[in-house]
Amino acid sequence: MFDVLTDKFTSVFRSLSGKGKISEENIRDAMREVRTALLEADVNLKVVNDFCEHVIQKAIGQEVIKSLQPAQLMVKIVNDELVNLMGPVDTTIYTVSPGPTVIMMCGLQGSGKTTTCGKLALFLRKKGHQPMLAAVDLQRPAAVEQLRTLGQQTQTPVYADDSRVASHGQVAPGAAVAVARAAVQEAKRQGRDILILDTAGRLAIDHELMQELKDVHDAVQPHQIFLVLDAMTGQDAVNSAKAFNEKLELDGLVLTKFDSDTRGGALLSAKMVTGKPVKFLGVGEKLENLEEFRPEGVASRILGMGDIVGLVEEAHKQFDMEQQAKLAEKMEKGEFTLDDFIGQMTQIRKLGPMGKILGMIPGMSELAKNVNMNGEGVESHMGRMQAIYNSMTRVERKKPDLIDAPRRRRIARGAGVDPNDVSQFLKQFEMSRNMMRAVGGMNMLSRMKLMRGLMSGNLGAIAQPGANLLKTKRSGWQEKKDRNRKGKKR
Amino acid sequence: MSFFAKTLDRLKGALKKTADVLNTDVRTLFVPGRQIDEAFLNEIEEKFIRADMGVKNAEMIVGAIRDRWRLGRIRNAVEAREVVKEMMLRDWPVEEREIRFASSGPTVIMVAGVNGAGKTTSIAKLANLLKNRSGKSVLLAAGDTFRAAAVEQLTIWSQRLGIEIVKHKQGADPAAVAFDACEAAKARGIDVVIVDTAGRLHTQAHLMRELQKIRDVIAKRIEGAPHEVLLVLDATTGQNGVRQAKSFTDAVQVTGLMLAKLDGTAKGGVVMTIKDELSIPVKFIGIGETPDDIESFDPKRFVDALFQDDSPK
Ligand SMILES: Nc1nc2c(ncn2[C@@H]2O[C@H](COP(=O)(O)OP(=O)(O)OP(=O)(O)O)[C@@H](O)[C@H]2O)c(=O)[nH]1
Ligand SMILES: [Mg+2]
Repeated sequence: MFDVLTDKFTSVFRSLSGKGKISEENIRDAMREVRTALLEADVNLKVVNDFCEHVIQKAIGQEVIKSLQPAQLMVKIVNDELVNLMGPVDTTIYTVSPGPTVIMMCGLQGSGKTTTCGKLALFLRKKGHQPMLAAVDLQRPAAVEQLRTLGQQTQTPVYADDSRVASHGQVAPGAAVAVARAAVQEAKRQGRDILILDTAGRLAIDHELMQELKDVHDAVQPHQIFLVLDAMTGQDAVNSAKAFNEKLELDGLVLTKFDSDTRGGALLSAKMVTGKPVKFLGVGEKLENLEEFRPEGVASRILGMGDIVGLVEEAHKQFDMEQQAKLAEKMEKGEFTLDDFIGQMTQIRKLGPMGKILGMIPGMSELAKNVNMNGEGVESHMGRMQAIYNSMTRVERKKPDLIDAPRRRRIARGAGVDPNDVSQFLKQFEMSRNMMRAVGGMNMLSRMKLMRGLMSGNLGAIAQPGANLLKTKRSGWQEKKDRNRKGKKR
Repeated sequence: MSFFAKTLDRLKGALKKTADVLNTDVRTLFVPGRQIDEAFLNEIEEKFIRADMGVKNAEMIVGAIRDRWRLGRIRNAVEAREVVKEMMLRDWPVEEREIRFASSGPTVIMVAGVNGAGKTTSIAKLANLLKNRSGKSVLLAAGDTFRAAAVEQLTIWSQRLGIEIVKHKQGADPAAVAFDACEAAKARGIDVVIVDTAGRLHTQAHLMRELQKIRDVIAKRIEGAPHEVLLVLDATTGQNGVRQAKSFTDAVQVTGLMLAKLDGTAKGGVVMTIKDELSIPVKFIGIGETPDDIESFDPKRFVDALFQDDSPK
């Protein structure tokens, strides 16, 4: 599914390429795909519409930066805005003294409040706090028991009052307030610095239960109120987030079940509609599985694009754009030299380990998984190539044709490799030069992928899934390969 | 079969809750006399998307209306509404929405779903329905041996409903619980066994295998069992619901959905996509937290509800 989406983006973006400036129409076209992507990720419709309009305004008339393609610039703007909107990040748990700092957890039924309470207790303990848990969910059968177990597992004391538990589904009026009040007293008495209240799940439209929550709130005046929201929630996320925020004035959000394969648009919706920071993500059933929120990965997850944005960004930082532009020109003219070859390789190496780069390219992440070793292989291969290059004279670098058997042996000795490796290296360069002509017009990403294939000596890799960027160039590509063959005969 | 019929009052009550707070403005979209235009089509698309029907589904249906409108075959909102209904209601045969009982011997219903979907509560509701409306003898199997206090939770329901339960200690093998429940049902001549399972994310392969194992054990003990594998889906779930349905079906051949928590503002529209892509029917809906809050699924009413406007003003 991610791949399908990525392909769509690519095709829209491809159709944008080759223009110096992005026109409003281009942007609106591209944003239609973004809109669909966001909706498929369950971002609320209104949030999506606002977001798209915002990005369009932002993008209109922006210069395309040198050889960076408009498509990629758009991706970057979209991503930056998403990250922006999900920030500012504030994962601090504010405490008061004298304690206890009271934290109230609330949310819909089944969102994961109780488990999150346990996780939070463990998290706080690790930070040196002495938390206490309080069972204010008197509604769901065995909720108190569940919290007790979590208390044991995290070595956190639990305040509970079984006599207040609803016996037949009906919680007595005032019971929750009474338990919460008593819990605060108990936390004080035991000198705990943080008290976490686990409340019953409730629908935002349930008047009575929302009022109960408000009563608890008014009675104990919690210092922090967190809404616990299931990350798999659809369009309804805004309704509940809004309602809870209006009733209680939330301090932060916790998104649970982020270890599922949801794209997690609910996070963005809830954040937008409340304006409250996302504090934590629940990423597993174990009590350690609570993470402090960082927006970057989530943005690309919502867009369903792998970490293409990370790659573009990194490339943007690391690649010398001027040099790339010159190189592109040279490629088209077929003036690609050994120096350029090594220069290009060096730039790619600056991006980091191959496995990581591969992982960032949409559709290639599968590959990256089993390529891990292979990726390392590529690394050392590139290291060897660099060594060979270093041990060549300047004249040899200009005119590789000069390199005969004795020179080859000398170079090999200098580089600490086998003479065969030197021949291999030269062959690879030769092949690259021929192919570069064909790819001169490609965008940077495609070129990088191609380079990777070339440098690993593994041309098959280029035809791997995800290399569909090459598709349009297929005919030209083939042609060059034939020419290459002819060249060899000569 | 009026067997699942729910008293109208209760339903009205549940709907009223929504209406009160959200100032429900039912069917402003389809007011008679309203002519179809682009604004109208946009509004329909919005409704669908807001109901979690998915943007593709929404575009497909709106596309169909637009086509007919352009051809001059329909003109006004009421006609458009008929197109929508027609498209949304095909392939929902009644037979498929009812529980399949074993022809003889115990019927086994296995219940699965992601964490917190509403499985255990739904089991209580279903047990209540089978016992008190259809006069069946029911046995519960506490197959969630993982989550803290899950066994206690089901035990409390069994006590409240006066229904027998088979349980092991927390941490025990859930397949063994299912095994014992099947044996007990045969020995005691029980009509229906309902097996609870621990909530699990569909992405966790080892837990999905555990579920398969439970299913296999049931299949070995009782011929033709499990007769139903119900996937409980939280109505607030968005597009991820499709993936849930797919993974659970791949693992344990889901025979029907139970859509829980429809008493909130969420519409559960993702079941339309699940039906289209996987042909899994919705069998029941949950509309509250008490054992009475269960209804058989009525696609007509469901579609009507999709159009109710209850986004907070
Ligand atoms: N409003 C409403 N709440 C429901 C409904 N069904 C279940 N719930 C509530 O949702 C919460 C979770 O329900 P459970 O039945 O414990 O869910 P589960 O799937 O068994 O959860 P785990 O076993 O923890 O994975 C409880 O608070 C239930 O009362 C429903 O139809 N409407
Ligand atoms: Mg359960």
